[in-house]
Amino acid sequence: MIQFLLNNKLVSIENERADTTVLHFLRDKQALTGTKEGCASGDCGACTVVVAEPSSCGDNENQQLDYKAINSCVTFLSALQGKQLITVEHLSNKQSLHPVQQVMVDHNASQCGFCTPGFVMSIFALYKQGDSVNRLSAINALSGNLCRCTGYKPIIEAALDVCNARVADQFSEASTSTIAQLSALTKTNAGTENLILPKSRQALAQAIRKHHDAVLVAGSTDLALVHTQQLQAINKMISVTGVKELKRIEEADNMLTIGAACTLSGLQSILLNHFPALQEVMDRFASVPIRNQATIGGNIANASPIGDMPPILIALNAQVVLDNGMRYRSMPVADFFTGYKETKLKNNEWLDSIKIPLPTANQILRVYKVSKRIEDDISAVCMALNITLNNNNVLDLSAGFGGVAASPKNCLNLSNKLVGMQWSSIESLKQGQQILLNEFNPIDDVRASGAYRKQLLQNLWHRFWLETNNHEHRIETRVSQHA
Amino acid sequence: MRKLIQQHNVNEDTAQHLITSNIKNTPHESAVRHVSGSARYVDDIPAPANLAHAAIGISSEASGHICSIDLTDVFASKGVIDVIIAQDVPGQIDIGPIFKGDPVLADKEIKFHGQPIFAVLAHTVEQARIAATLAKINIIPSNPILTIDEAQKASSYVRPSHSMARGNITKALAEAEHTATGSLSIGGQEHLYLEGQISMAVPEEEDRMLIFTSSQHPSEVQKLVAEVLAVKLHKIVVDMRRMGGGFGGKETQAAQWSCIAALLAARNQRAVKLRLPRQQDMIVTGKRHPFENQFHIGFTSEGNISGAKITIKGNCGHSPDLSDAIVDRAMLHADNSYYLPHCQIDGHRMKTNQVSHTAFRGFGGPQGMIMAEAIMDTIARKVGKDALTIRKQNLYSEATGMTTPYHMEVQDNVLHELIEQLESTSNYWQRRDAITLFNINNPIIKKGLALTPVKFGISFTAKHLNQAGALVHVYTDGSIQANHGGTEMGQGLHTKISQIVANEFGVSVEDVDITSTRTDKVPNTSPTAASSGTDLNGKAVQNACIIIKQRLAQFFAEQVNGDPKDVLFVNNQLILGEHTRTWFDAVQQAYIGRVSLSATGFYKTPKIHYNRETGQGRPFFYFAYGAAVSEVSIDTLTGEYKVDRVDILHDVGVSLNPAIDKGQIEGGFIQGMGWLTTEDLRWDCAGKLISNNLATYKIPAIGDTPDIFNVDLFEKPNQEDSIYHSKAVGEPPLMLAISVWCALKDALSSLSNYQIDPPLPTPATPERVLACVNTLIKEVACE
Ligand SMILES: Cc1cc2nc3c(=O)[nH]c(=O)nc-3n(C[C@H](O)[C@H](O)[C@H](O)COP(=O)(O)OP(=O)(O)OC[C@H]3O[C@@H](n4cnc5c(N)ncnc54)[C@H](O)[C@@H]3O)c2cc1C
Ligand code: FES
Ligand code: FES
Repeated sequence: MIQFLLNNKLVSIENERADTTVLHFLRDKQALTGTKEGCASGDCGACTVVVAEPSSCGDNENQQLDYKAINSCVTFLSALQGKQLITVEHLSNKQSLHPVQQVMVDHNASQCGFCTPGFVMSIFALYKQGDSVNRLSAINALSGNLCRCTGYKPIIEAALDVCNARVADQFSEASTSTIAQLSALTKTNAGTENLILPKSRQALAQAIRKHHDAVLVAGSTDLALVHTQQLQAINKMISVTGVKELKRIEEADNMLTIGAACTLSGLQSILLNHFPALQEVMDRFASVPIRNQATIGGNIANASPIGDMPPILIALNAQVVLDNGMRYRSMPVADFFTGYKETKLKNNEWLDSIKIPLPTANQILRVYKVSKRIEDDISAVCMALNITLNNNNVLDLSAGFGGVAASPKNCLNLSNKLVGMQWSSIESLKQGQQILLNEFNPIDDVRASGAYRKQLLQNLWHRFWLETNNHEHRIETRVSQHA
Repeated sequence: MRKLIQQHNVNEDTAQHLITSNIKNTPHESAVRHVSGSARYVDDIPAPANLAHAAIGISSEASGHICSIDLTDVFASKGVIDVIIAQDVPGQIDIGPIFKGDPVLADKEIKFHGQPIFAVLAHTVEQARIAATLAKINIIPSNPILTIDEAQKASSYVRPSHSMARGNITKALAEAEHTATGSLSIGGQEHLYLEGQISMAVPEEEDRMLIFTSSQHPSEVQKLVAEVLAVKLHKIVVDMRRMGGGFGGKETQAAQWSCIAALLAARNQRAVKLRLPRQQDMIVTGKRHPFENQFHIGFTSEGNISGAKITIKGNCGHSPDLSDAIVDRAMLHADNSYYLPHCQIDGHRMKTNQVSHTAFRGFGGPQGMIMAEAIMDTIARKVGKDALTIRKQNLYSEATGMTTPYHMEVQDNVLHELIEQLESTSNYWQRRDAITLFNINNPIIKKGLALTPVKFGISFTAKHLNQAGALVHVYTDGSIQANHGGTEMGQGLHTKISQIVANEFGVSVEDVDITSTRTDKVPNTSPTAASSGTDLNGKAVQNACIIIKQRLAQFFAEQVNGDPKDVLFVNNQLILGEHTRTWFDAVQQAYIGRVSLSATGFYKTPKIHYNRETGQGRPFFYFAYGAAVSEVSIDTLTGEYKVDRVDILHDVGVSLNPAIDKGQIEGGFIQGMGWLTTEDLRWDCAGKLISNNLATYKIPAIGDTPDIFNVDLFEKPNQEDSIYHSKAVGEPPLMLAISVWCALKDALSSLSNYQIDPPLPTPATPERVLACVNTLIKEVACE
């Protein structure tokens, strides 16, 4: 059984197709048509809903609810277990609009109105998170919501207004009872015949052996598209998101270990703590609702040549840890990929975690993502560069690349040639460009031509060289500054 | 005895001439419903008991002949109820809106990749969509024509070419102090209305049919559904409450799905819904036309243009659809705001094996207007003056000339004043200096600045479309229902109409409800397009209100022995001298007194005419003007860029609703910016659209809205007698975004020390900007 609160009503699911999306469930089974479908692929935000769950931090007495926006079109019902699903219909309180709704009206922030419920829900999540909001953070929170009518200006203003004048709402008033209700749910034996929700490593291993016909699912932001876009049925799924071992984040022996089922939102703060240079690429990875669901394990396991985490992890010399319930094995991230969408994962094996060496002194990291659009776009090229200097001497250099080959790549030639060189010398610039010119033969596709990608490799290297050398006059190298 | 009031001799005395200021601030009539999720779109209508779902099967070739269609597997697929092909259509197969060429389902010939060939009906959406992938269709492929160049070589046109000229261009070019030529490739644009195409057909008694659709043109849907079903128009009712965005993409493109739903509904006598999945929507519906344009100009050393020969070639796709009028409008805007002393403008309608390109906000205007701006930039670089100086000195004026290439006099030009104001509020010249300095000091990042004007002609160029009807009912409790031929797609038309009704009757907007647009309430309507929604329907509704007001005034005046002409309708009252009646009482008494409280209204735009043979006339009732200043930064290493600041001053006449008008301006600008920057339509070499989803086709996201985005209204009454002297605002602001393209070119041009006008095709993706950087660096090195 899968149990959750739909607004304030308890719902128990026993017989439902595994691949029923939350959007389909709402619109077609619950007649809650306030949530819209604009794309069914996670790209437009018209289907945004909010899930609330007791926050993982805080003791039992002081517990609070965490509110997260997600895309209901790429989320399966399994993701709702033990949570409260809040839809736009539930926001207004007996005839009076919720402040986030009222502010949208006051700012004339809707035209055709089709995107509006999604924006309302994204702003609602931001409102409930309680942090102070500025223009940048508002934009970040709304980067997964497209509007074709307004040009966004009134929406940005509405979000800023309401999030900087928060008042208690009916959700804060009901939070104690909501938490109590939800806590009761998690104690029930979760899952159905075709949606299996193991809670531990052992249970996961058992489930995989027992259900040969099941696929692993984490945040489903990738997998769901197989169903919604390619019309394939997914009859049985094993979700890894409840497996506690896969959700750990640990620091030990100068190593940061991140469980494969950690979401990108969840791992953001610790990762940025150690690697502040990742701020921009993390902000530009999909959108907030996608990052609230998408896991780091999913981003690696899908072995896409244009995923953003693999090049970063390659540059950081990270290892992937694989598991089958009995034996762990690990390897450098670059070695995990064997070809286009192919990996070294064996039958019955899953991705357990990622191990990232913590930064050392004099280590400089830069990640460059180039795409047509800044927000919520897939990289034409993603390039991560990690250099360690002793004064001006290159001690170490590692690099990861996305979008330039059939799978994420490293480039050992760079370290072979450049280690030992004087970094500020023009030779370092030229050598690197020469190597990158020969190393990859990227293809033409809808996002970019091979020639553009090739030039980007060299020019981004140029940018890296400029940014990491201390010139007397600091040269501006970026058109948009991220926080 | 009471005088009969003649319908078409409406007494203007009772009309309001102005909109009262408190009514101007009315929020969007559906705002509360939008934010609470209760605004109903077609897909949200509770399903009729026997609803079944349709899906379409499409072609995998761009061009060819259908040899055979084997539907065995489709029929056998789970849940399938029915399948139809072209031969199953009882009436007309061709649903071309004006000219023939658009079969509802492909009939032997395949004309583009993705052309619908058959339709499946099943119990669920998923079943229908899966079944639609299972047909075995044997197509003998032929060589497709995929580009404008290929079409030209093959002399492939959807309609004959057209020219307009004034003066002697050959002589002007021969005698010019300087000449220049240029060409520009202009990308198309996907509408990407957030609500995709959808229709639901509900069979009623015998051969009657009720259609719910998301369409800008319910009357055309009605006509085409009737034609495919082989019934007369009076059997079909189309109901259209609101669209989740249209932008021109639901002017002609919505009808096909209604027709298919209706065909299946009629055959199976059950309600049918057809909703296209996003990817299919992007593949099977027409887009903004891509264009390839050229110019050959003459100009003086001062930078005054002396002659221009402009050639415009629109990629129309496989059929005429609205392309004749779209290419005409491109031609009619190739001058933008500039006087061309001698000119010749040739427009070609190229036929290719692409989906039939269609209306999109601006309707060809943008693709013409951008040529005028390209010309101004070219002259500026050649004579070494700031592009704004060149633009200003070439504007229509007493000094230059006031006659357009189509011989219409520009009588209401507010651009001189408007540009001057914007120049100063945006600090154009100080920023110009700062940018020049910045560029000298920064080797990688370059900034650019541009101010471009817009002059956009308002009226349908097809004269007969400039008419509208309305139906207004006053109920006995004083509440009012108004209906008109226009459709609500977010632009706030219904809000403005309810304001007009409230203003006329002197009641509050809460007492007015605008119902869904229905062909059984107002017949034979024009599409809601050409920015004309409020101009036409507002006047028609006003007209209906006046008729009712006259009856009420007459009745009231008779009771108090006054002159009906002196009755005022204000503050929920009728006032005649010292006599007053509350609105409620007046309505009640009129009802008891057997006065009709319902009226139809009608309007046709005066003054307009255009002779296509001679290319002369007055195709537009008036012009709407505006100007924008955009500032950008580009990265010369990657081609990435950012629009840093935008200042807009736009002419809406007397604004009926400033918040709604600003919303149109901001939204139109950002949509135009998307067209010129990141929205990159891509077809592969077989003619298949590969930018066919939101992951590969990128419209502006929230972070693309410039940090500084100042939008002001230039409120000067329309000198023509438009509704309360307002101006149309739907399309014109889109073209303000040409300033972004010019600013990108300005930034690029700095690489040549402003000597070269950079060749920047649109959309100016980062990749194209970098390619342009490469070209400039090479050219500068050569010199
Ligand atoms: C709108 C949108 C925008 C996106 N933008 C970006 C972007 O900017 N950058 C980017 O890199 N990606 C992007 N993505 C892709 C996607 O979000 C990421 O790849 C995401 O990290 C996948 O994680 P998930 O948890 O959702 O994976 P799922 O969809 O749950 O799974 C993906 C695959 O991995 C397998 N899998 C998952 N977890 C494990 C495990 N622990 N062990 C073994 N196999 C496993 C699944 O079986 C499945 O085959 C975007 C996707 C969408 C829809
Ligand atoms: S429907 Fe577009 S993101 Fe879900
Ligand atoms: S209001 Fe129409 S898409 Fe946002």
